[in-house]
Amino acid sequence: MNKTEEYQNEILKKIKNKERLNIAITYVMVIAIYAIVQGLVTTGNISNLLKGILVPTCVYVIAAISLNLVVGFSGELSLGHAGFMCIGAFTSGFFSKAVGDGLPDGFRFFLAIVIGALFAGIVGMLIGIPVLRLKGDYLAIVTLAFGEIIKNLLNVVYMGLDSRGIHFSTKSSMDLGLESGGKKIIEGALGISKIPKNSTFTIGVILVLVTLFIVQNLIHSRAGRAIMSTRDNRIAAESIGIPVTRFKLMAFTVSAALAGMAGALYAHNIGKLNTSKFDYNMSILVLVFVVLGGIGNIRGSILAAIILTALPEMLRGLSDYRMLIYAVLLIAMMLFNWAPAALAFRERVREKLPFGRKKKEVE
Amino acid sequence: MAVLDINHLSISFGGLHAVDDFNVSIEKGCLYGLIGPNGAGKTTVFNLLTGVYKPTEGIIRLNGADITGKSTIEINKAGVARTFQNIRLFKGLTVLDNVKAGFHNHYQYSVLSGIFLLPRKRQMENSMNERSMEILKVFDLEREAGLLAGNLPYGKQRKLEIARAMATEPKLLLLDEPAAGMNPNETAELMETIRFVRDHFDLTILLIEHDMKLVSGICEELTVLNFGRVLAQGKTAAVLSDPEVITAYLGA
Ligand SMILES: Nc1ncnc2c1ncn2[C@@H]1O[C@H](COP(=O)(O)OP(=O)(O)OP(=O)(O)O)[C@@H](O)[C@H]1O
Ligand SMILES: [Mg+2]
Repeated sequence: MNKTEEYQNEILKKIKNKERLNIAITYVMVIAIYAIVQGLVTTGNISNLLKGILVPTCVYVIAAISLNLVVGFSGELSLGHAGFMCIGAFTSGFFSKAVGDGLPDGFRFFLAIVIGALFAGIVGMLIGIPVLRLKGDYLAIVTLAFGEIIKNLLNVVYMGLDSRGIHFSTKSSMDLGLESGGKKIIEGALGISKIPKNSTFTIGVILVLVTLFIVQNLIHSRAGRAIMSTRDNRIAAESIGIPVTRFKLMAFTVSAALAGMAGALYAHNIGKLNTSKFDYNMSILVLVFVVLGGIGNIRGSILAAIILTALPEMLRGLSDYRMLIYAVLLIAMMLFNWAPAALAFRERVREKLPFGRKKKEVE
Repeated sequence: MAVLDINHLSISFGGLHAVDDFNVSIEKGCLYGLIGPNGAGKTTVFNLLTGVYKPTEGIIRLNGADITGKSTIEINKAGVARTFQNIRLFKGLTVLDNVKAGFHNHYQYSVLSGIFLLPRKRQMENSMNERSMEILKVFDLEREAGLLAGNLPYGKQRKLEIARAMATEPKLLLLDEPAAGMNPNETAELMETIRFVRDHFDLTILLIEHDMKLVSGICEELTVLNFGRVLAQGKTAAVLSDPEVITAYLGA
């Protein structure tokens, strides 16, 4: 090997190591948090209230990471993420209830998650195909409408199952005309009840890790580069032959599928499901996690989702001051993540750390 | 045969004839200059060539094949790459990734190989890394490979744009004011580099430039545009001593 090659390999190695470290830190962080929380649970040092939000926190973490793929890496604004979670929740819930005891619990839950992700991904793709061709913030408008439409559609869906197969109606569960042994599955605005409660904290964390695996590896691949170059400069991306629409669509579809997975986790946690939870507020909440955690910052999304989900519960005792503290925290996080002085400060701290990044270099 | 053949190319914006009956034929391996006063229509010619704008009239041929009206992406795949007058880098990506993005259509692997870290991903990424470092070396940007493109100084950003365009393995390279904002030293170095890539990468280069030292130094042939129309065309020395060109552009 000659001198220049050696030098080039050295540089490449440094870049690769930095990338690997960056990816590994995220996994380690999630596993560490899991270990701590699990420790608290087994030693009984955690209130029942907090125990109740462990799975929902995982749901929000997955939702935030997946939304970040669209907002942070693909550079599009999506305001209907709850809509995809809703699809994932309902399709997976329907499946689990329809199958019932026909399959072993674990396998049925696994299939339910896959189905939730698949359906949400397909719907995401169908929405993305016409919308992502357009330049401009059309995605924001369409996803906003989509989130509301899907909710209202599901509110009038009645579905049931008997020996003759699946029955469908938009009027009432009586209208399904089920045989005496048949079961109602989706009951309009009442949604689905008695979904098997398969979700556990451990499964939630595993799904978070699956999400991280998919998103981080996608970003650090050819497709990820195409997605981010389209975000940074669409015209330049086209000028080097990157089919920009295809990669925007890919990011959006993957994001929708992961949101569907989060929805499936949600549905199998409480056992009861109706559309009212998956409203505009939930979409905005997930967006808040992404923005406060730092757009394009995956670890930030995770931490923001955890802190902002756990905090309101922990502050419940303070009743009146709860929302005040919450609001102050929101502002503090925003300043910490986005104020120029805070950014410069973090840059300085990083330089001093042994594995910190040097000024101007990437994570 | 000419690499690039343009006939009767025209476009108007509203009533403005930005480019009006433009004709040119550029031979393989030529270093060709396109000059003219501000607003003459030079960048518009590049935008027409790369499919950013569709011409109202005219035909563009690349190695004899008609590429008129094709999309920017198809035209790049056919072998045309460009840089931009107002730099358009992927600022949030590293210098290395900017070049690797240019290899998008040359080192392919599926999304699934990417997500599941299949062997093909590693092979392709390794080849891309090697090739990218080779290109970066030509532009003396190896050391900066790990930096964010947006953090490079101006002159280096211009060079990185050329490096990224080179990664698409073009037959024809279009450079829009590559020396803009560079100091005389950087410009002199750039002239060497442009000559070097033309010779070593089997390229034909069409460049827009206001720096007359660069133009007279490296361009073999020139076209002068004025108000969207060709004012003069031919060997560099002849064009630059044309009295009409001197009054209209160079100034007495
Ligand atoms: N998209 C557009 N819409 C309307 N007018 C345009 C458009 N693009 C270019 N023009 C006009 O066409 C004319 C030629 O512009 P162009 O950018 O090609 O000039 P140029 O020769 O590159 O000038 P400069 O040396 O300043 O870069 C200008 O008058 C410009 O305002
Ligand atoms: Mg111009």
